Amino acid sequence: MNVDIPLWAAIPASILLVAGGLLALVGSAGLLRFNNFHCRIHAPTLGNTMGAGCVLLASILVFSALQHRLVVHEVMITLLLLITSPITAMLLMRAAVYRGRRKRGESYPTATSPRTRYGRTDL
Amino acid sequence: MNLVLYWAASFALLCFVLGMACATVRLVRGPTAQDRVLALDAFYINGMLAALTFGVRSGTPVYFDVALLIALFGFVGATAMAKFLLRGEVIEP
Repeated sequence: MNVDIPLWAAIPASILLVAGGLLALVGSAGLLRFNNFHCRIHAPTLGNTMGAGCVLLASILVFSALQHRLVVHEVMITLLLLITSPITAMLLMRAAVYRGRRKRGESYPTATSPRTRYGRTDL
Repeated sequence: MNLVLYWAASFALLCFVLGMACATVRLVRGPTAQDRVLALDAFYINGMLAALTFGVRSGTPVYFDVALLIALFGFVGATAMAKFLLRGEVIEP
């Protein structure tokens, strides 16, 4: 641990780190405690957005103070998470709805899917 | 004052490890396949944040690359498995 981090960067970074850790922990505990997939998919998004944002902001603060210039390459991870996290959530939600309807024997939309185009309807 | 940052980073690391333990329990216990994929998603996000926090704690910028790679490959894996659950194959003809 280097010893030349000034006070103005250390205290906000500490607060942001603790807040990010708590948010991610609350999200993962919600993933464990909810009793339904449709409830469960809400919980980890707390850690994905707010928790990751807090930790990345703390990282920007600490490395900017350490190297005496503005270090913003952590924004890359933020942008990546911002783009990719909703894609995974939407795909998973669609998969859950589809598999749930299929399991209960209800109708599910397959008429426009490429599978039926090749004559394969045995999903 | 760096002691405060050190202990805050240690606390955050503990939180992320506990979050990874929660995700592991859900990964093992999850009743359906999409629960397991969601647990994998939460698991890699927590691991990436732990790598970042460890970089802050030790003051070296090397762990940033580790976190970026974990985020990239975790997204690819989770999305491929979600797509497989949705359509039965990942890359469709």
